[in-house]
Amino acid sequence: MDTSITRRRRLELLIGAVLLAVLAVLPLPIQDTYTRNLIIITVLFAGLAQAWNILGGYCGQISLSHALYFGVGAYVSTLLLTRAGIPPTIGMFAGGALGGLMALLVGWPCFRLSGHYYAIATVVVGEIFFLLALNWDWIGGATGINIPYRRSIGDSWLWLQFRIDKLPYHYAALAFAAVAWLVAWLIEGSRWGFVWRAVKDDPIAARSLAVRIFPSKMAAAAISGALTGMGGAIYAQYVGYIDPDSVLYGHLSILIPLPAVLGGVGTLWGPLVGAAVLIPLSELTRSYLGGSGRGVDLMIYGALIIVVALARPQGLASLIGVRVRAPRGLDSGADDARAA
Amino acid sequence: MTATVILQVAVGGLLMGLIYALVAAGLSLIFGLMDVVNFAHGELLMLAMYATFVVWLATGLDPLLLLVPVALLLFALGVAIYHLLMARALSVRFNRGMVQIFVTFGLAILLRGAAQFTFGSDFQSIGTSLLAGHTLNLGGVFVPLPQLAAGIVSLLAFGALFVIGRTEFGRALEATREDREAVALIGIDRDRIFALGWGLGAAAVGIAGVMLAIFYYVSPNVGANFALIAYVTVALGGFGSLFGALVAGLLIGLVEAMTALLIEPSLKQVGMFAIYLAVLMFRPRGLFGTM
Amino acid sequence: MPALLEVDRVSKSFGGVAANVDISFDVIEGEILGLIGPNGAGKTSLFNSISGEVAPDSGEIRLAGRRTSGLSPEQCALLGIARTFQVVRSFDSMTVLENVMVGAFARLARTRPAMRRALETLEFTGLAARADVAAHSLTPAEKRRLEVARALATEPRLLLLDEMLTGLTPVEAQAGVQLIRDVRTRGITVIMVEHVMEVLLPLVDRAVVLDLGRVLTIGAPADVVRNPDVIRAYLGDRYAAA
Repeated sequence: MDTSITRRRRLELLIGAVLLAVLAVLPLPIQDTYTRNLIIITVLFAGLAQAWNILGGYCGQISLSHALYFGVGAYVSTLLLTRAGIPPTIGMFAGGALGGLMALLVGWPCFRLSGHYYAIATVVVGEIFFLLALNWDWIGGATGINIPYRRSIGDSWLWLQFRIDKLPYHYAALAFAAVAWLVAWLIEGSRWGFVWRAVKDDPIAARSLAVRIFPSKMAAAAISGALTGMGGAIYAQYVGYIDPDSVLYGHLSILIPLPAVLGGVGTLWGPLVGAAVLIPLSELTRSYLGGSGRGVDLMIYGALIIVVALARPQGLASLIGVRVRAPRGLDSGADDARAA
Repeated sequence: MTATVILQVAVGGLLMGLIYALVAAGLSLIFGLMDVVNFAHGELLMLAMYATFVVWLATGLDPLLLLVPVALLLFALGVAIYHLLMARALSVRFNRGMVQIFVTFGLAILLRGAAQFTFGSDFQSIGTSLLAGHTLNLGGVFVPLPQLAAGIVSLLAFGALFVIGRTEFGRALEATREDREAVALIGIDRDRIFALGWGLGAAAVGIAGVMLAIFYYVSPNVGANFALIAYVTVALGGFGSLFGALVAGLLIGLVEAMTALLIEPSLKQVGMFAIYLAVLMFRPRGLFGTM
Repeated sequence: MPALLEVDRVSKSFGGVAANVDISFDVIEGEILGLIGPNGAGKTSLFNSISGEVAPDSGEIRLAGRRTSGLSPEQCALLGIARTFQVVRSFDSMTVLENVMVGAFARLARTRPAMRRALETLEFTGLAARADVAAHSLTPAEKRRLEVARALATEPRLLLLDEMLTGLTPVEAQAGVQLIRDVRTRGITVIMVEHVMEVLLPLVDRAVVLDLGRVLTIGAPADVVRNPDVIRAYLGDRYAAA
């Protein structure tokens, strides 16, 4: 069958593959550790934003608790390593599984809340776990957990530890982002992708076509949470230290969706474009202007968010010709809840 | 753990709860009008506190005298925010809901950075004022005067908001909330109502900020903590319900204080969050939610 | 011929206003049934009860003997009741093909079969050439056609058409009539609400006339238009009963 849809999707795969190749070789000529770090963080957050996009963009549930799944993934993988000696390459799947489970637990009661009630409930849930983690000594409490580099093992893919040359972390992050992108691509072309868009456009018409979306919302949550958890596990290994303030804090729940929102929610390329623009910009402003603690970097960051959100609500990706949804000032939530 | 201690803590919690309620009232007002959750609400509180601090520092005027000026200042700020940002956010053609959320987030970050830039990140506090340091002994229960005054002012402010709700403006607000598409047909200038709603919501927060500044520390991040509690309070009380904000605020303040006392101080917020989530399971629109 | 749909003493009020009062009639499988009446007679309200948008206050609706009243729209759709809406509700961010695929996904889980069925349905409804056009840029007549195509993709047994022909040019209306006839040849039963009498009466096998929430009469079109009560009901109305 050759339709515009199948042709477009083939093109998307092609562009994705090319982009992957480019990103794979990108850091090779770069020796500067700062820049390399920047690229790794950007790629990782592109993957995290894409994972969020599956639930928040495609499915329309604006979850502001993704730091929770990120943190859970980081902690589970790290605890399995430090307490049970399990390699992170295996532990990250456990982290992902638990991240997905948490997302289901949060989603189950929260999905029937409409729009703003849902957003705030997710913020609160995230905050609860942050406070609990701060007080839970078994996982390190406020002190956190240090991930020591084990010299007896040396640089290893199994243990995801690399000391001098951090380049392999880039490939780990890239693999993660690629998987997240691929999952989004698969969902976009699947029944879910279609019915979610239908519900966003007109929930009443969708219902008349037998669209029931609660089960698929749960699935979206699980996938989104699982991927985010895996990202957290990779991050933990890369940074080598985790604590609630770095992997569970509330603001992270804003940082994760931000590239997706400003890049273009519910689109394949939005999170990537958003991350590519936002992360370097925020890192650079922080390095050059934030060091003095004078808040200039925050002012610029905040202003940037406002300007992009107002000037280009359909997302930055639309500037490079990415297909955007037709004009309809919908906010997802209220109608979704009724349609569920 | 005597009854007096429990009563003491409870009273303290209720008084704090009144402040939460006032902050929440402003938030509820804004949301009720135009379906916008103002994620910069905490920063408005922070600005009010800084304004109070700065004027006190410069002139030595007691914060109580600054209630009206700061409220007016915040009112103007609210109107400005509406006209400069929110009016535009309301008319975007894509992803309106998400744009509103993230525009106010961006504003929050911007304001926080601006405060940091202007005042630095150090904690400040108002050293001496009329009420600070005084405590009232009500039958064995010691109530700090600043907190008591804050509670009373909050109640008065709520009273004022209820009264405003009965006026023509208040009814126009209500009508706009019911059906913001149709009100233009009966001659209500929607833009003006929204702007005034923002102004009023910000003013309410301003009043809370002045009273808080008397006994609470001031820093660029102080808003964030109160903001979260305010969102929870509004959601618990029900978006759009002024009475709900009052009840929820009292409940939250009480639960927070009790949790700190009976369980563990560092977990005091978990108690209120748990209550909030529990209520939401049975009443998805909050206790008195109309939206 | 067996009755596919039984409407059994259905009543529905909205806020004290009685929209449907004690409505009873059967719909024979394979027929095209017209549902007519002056404005405010309760036609769309009845549609909403049949398709599950609302539940009747009393009475029952049965599809092939199985009670459907009180079920959700999704459940009704799965049982084979499809509908179009008076004001077209297209998925504006999607193309024509994608719109119809949503309908196909009602019964098919995988994308390729759904795409295939959607393409077939587009051929059937004459929209194949417009498959990749964004739904919001279709002409009004095409939008109506899209609604029908989308509903057909759900493989319904019963299709409810809510004023599908209203406001079309005579040429468009005739094309619409032909489409409805084609739908019937597929074995789908049709109930259509319509105001445009000249087009409706030659098309339907029988007509149910509603007035002020009640059934006025049921019968062949030729008899119904000569019925004095029907004429009286329409006298204050712009549309003359033929």
